[in-house]
Amino acid sequence: MSAKTANKIATSVIVAVSGLIVLVLAGLLGYILVRGLGHLSFDFLTSAPETIRRGGGIGPQLFNSVFLLFLTMIITIPLGLGAGIYMSEYAPANKVTNGIRLIVEVLSSVPSIIVGLFGLLVLVNLFGFGFSLFAGALALTVFNLPLMVRITEQGLRSVPREQKEASLALGLSKWKTITSVMLPISMPVILTGTILAAGRVFGEAAALLFTAGMSSPRLDFTDWNPFSPFSPLNPFRPAETLAVHIWKINSEGLAPDAKEIAAGASAVLVITVLAFNFSARWLGRYLYRKFTAIK
Amino acid sequence: MAQPLERQQAKPHLAEEWVGKVYTLLCIAFLILTIFSLVYFVASKGLSTFFVNGVNVIDLLTGLKWAPEGEPRLFGALPFIFGSFSTSLLAAAIAAPLGFCASVFMVEIAPKFGRQYLQPVIELLAGIPSVVYGFVGLSVIVPFFRDVFPGQGVGIAAGSVVLSIMILPTITTIATDALAALPKGLKEGSYALGATRWQTIYRIVLPTTLPALMTGIVLGIARAFGEALAVQMVIGNAPHIPRSLFESASTLTSAITLSMGNTAMGTVANNALWSLALILMLMTFVFVFIVRWLERRSKI
Repeated sequence: MSAKTANKIATSVIVAVSGLIVLVLAGLLGYILVRGLGHLSFDFLTSAPETIRRGGGIGPQLFNSVFLLFLTMIITIPLGLGAGIYMSEYAPANKVTNGIRLIVEVLSSVPSIIVGLFGLLVLVNLFGFGFSLFAGALALTVFNLPLMVRITEQGLRSVPREQKEASLALGLSKWKTITSVMLPISMPVILTGTILAAGRVFGEAAALLFTAGMSSPRLDFTDWNPFSPFSPLNPFRPAETLAVHIWKINSEGLAPDAKEIAAGASAVLVITVLAFNFSARWLGRYLYRKFTAIK
Repeated sequence: MAQPLERQQAKPHLAEEWVGKVYTLLCIAFLILTIFSLVYFVASKGLSTFFVNGVNVIDLLTGLKWAPEGEPRLFGALPFIFGSFSTSLLAAAIAAPLGFCASVFMVEIAPKFGRQYLQPVIELLAGIPSVVYGFVGLSVIVPFFRDVFPGQGVGIAAGSVVLSIMILPTITTIATDALAALPKGLKEGSYALGATRWQTIYRIVLPTTLPALMTGIVLGIARAFGEALAVQMVIGNAPHIPRSLFESASTLTSAITLSMGNTAMGTVANNALWSLALILMLMTFVFVFIVRWLERRSKI
């Protein structure tokens, strides 16, 4: 076989495989959306789930997912920013720093189910939070922190050296330089990364099975006192999120329309993740243009 | 007059600097404390099976029968270990060639189309939650396998197909970065000598980027190894080594997911599950070290 024939064959194989991947992806997204969108309605999104009858909704689960995401990001962002700033600006270049880097890398590759088990042992049992939103948010923080640290480091490293040095030369302290010069410049990178991380949190289930729990109490959506046990805002109540709900009705769902509910809930999850992705891309580009005056 | 003014301003600056330093140091200390306590708690729970309950380590690693409530109690975790390794390795075997082709397409064949359409779509794939993959696997891949092959459709084959789609973005992204970072002179030299595109890819690009490609594959295997719910939904969860790819099986993660809620804390049955978690965690460390070793090699 001549080299040219081999080249043609290899090229067509590569193009065909790439086409196949695109087809599989399009099929996957199309399948989820087509199967799920038919089941979506205002009633489905707001009503409570049914255990054995048909017609159950995902209202409380949707609320739990959003609220848990909010709690998680409130804890993760300040911690992740701080740790990222330390790693990129304050950490001396020595063996200890390399060790910390290794630790962050290890933490980022620990499977989420292990993080969930750790949460069960320490947060739920040892600290006595029980199966609660708060325990779930802390577990997700553990799961998300390394990513946040990496995003912050990446963002700070994208700041031009001259800008940082100009600020230091004007007599600003290092901390002031970081907070008022470097963080605003790196905002597009950090914000984009944070939104993508939020999308990951929204779909996470394995870490939540044993921390936020697999059940939701009957919520009273007229009671907004965060200390009342039936209030949706109470952070110390168990909360089944949307992703956990999909898993649960697939493995032990008794409702006759469990498949349709799973399809609808999956569509909601995927649409949310798509929304996170597109808004991250759009926002990143918008901020970049705004801050740099590049068209 | 200038002197006292300067002294006055120096103080808030110093205080500011201290606040920043202490705050970031506390954050990083929290991170370090978390990982150490995570390792400590999982290890102490996982080891208590051997030291408190007196289960033999070798029996656990090589035993074929898992019957924590049976008489006698048996803790053979080999079926789970086998299930985890076979699904994740098979998934990597499916995803690696696909990922390599996609990255070659994006970098060498159609950079404009690839960067504009293929790459965002593949990155999007990384963001889809694992339960959604499990759901699609359960409602598309499992019925398909049930119709085409003998058996129930669940098993290692279904698990690895679902996992291969999940790890495709990891492998593709890293391969694309590696191919794009290759010095232009290498490829141009090869083309100048009259080599075809495929000869250049096969003889120049592939060998030079191999460590980076391997990094992507190992990261993919690590992700597949630790994935819990998507696999649990399609693998069937029978606690024995299957005789075919289309027979119900179990992985470490699926066993933990299914049984952790049904056993009481502190019992042998519960501790044995923590031992499975310990094996999972130790494998994660092994993967991290392989990746580090590969990264050192790809720098040279």
